[in-house]
Amino acid sequence: MSSDFGSKRVVVGAHYGLRDWMVQRATASLMAIFTFIVLAHLLFTSGPLTYEVWAGIFAAQWMKALTFVTFIALAWHAWVGMRDIWMDYVKPVGIRLALHVATIVWLLACLGWAIQALWRL
Amino acid sequence: MSELSKKRPEFRNINAFKDLTTYRLPAAGWVSILHRVSGLLMFILLPFLVWMFDKSITSEISHASLTSAFNVGTGMYAGWFLKLTVLGLIWGYLHHLIAGLRHLYMDRTHKVDKAFGKSSAVFTLVVSIALTVALGAKLFGIY
Repeated sequence: MSSDFGSKRVVVGAHYGLRDWMVQRATASLMAIFTFIVLAHLLFTSGPLTYEVWAGIFAAQWMKALTFVTFIALAWHAWVGMRDIWMDYVKPVGIRLALHVATIVWLLACLGWAIQALWRL
Repeated sequence: MSELSKKRPEFRNINAFKDLTTYRLPAAGWVSILHRVSGLLMFILLPFLVWMFDKSITSEISHASLTSAFNVGTGMYAGWFLKLTVLGLIWGYLHHLIAGLRHLYMDRTHKVDKAFGKSSAVFTLVVSIALTVALGAKLFGIY
């Protein structure tokens, strides 16, 4: 592995982009599809948006599964994006590491909460 | 070492308040920085989003309490403040989605010439803001 790195290349463990680039697009596509499915539900529903109608959208098992995966995609997508922001603007390694860890904690906490709410349905 | 080579000027840092405000970005530049800003905004507001999802979906009672939160407020938050926050999320989501689809389209088709970059950027800004205004009017009960 060490031969992959030139003598002047700083190894920052950032995978040099390709995997994150792909992840960002795959998760984005999934979230876009999810958005259009929910939007279609809302547009083709006549009458007021009651609890029954709203919860009904997420009640089917396939929709629950899709929503579950979309939540994970969102957290992963946000991780890649937020890490890009920290890497661009925060240079001191210690502060950057702390922000990375805080970002993961923040995202996983939200993810767990969202999945819990979804699976109670 | 001569005095001249010791004091070579460095141009490493820009002043966020003095320099950034003088930048005149093209439309694509605005789409780019707002893509980042909207993503950050949604990241910060993520717990609020999950809270709304939880309330809206858990039971008829929690759904009703969410509705009343937007109408008359809840705890220390007034209804209009919650609506304004949601409007921020609406704009963030719309901008991020449309700018993201623009990215995907460019990746797919390699349509990255100057003219298309500008027209698609203007499209992104106009459509996201127009939809935000329309949905905001609905949110605040104007129609």
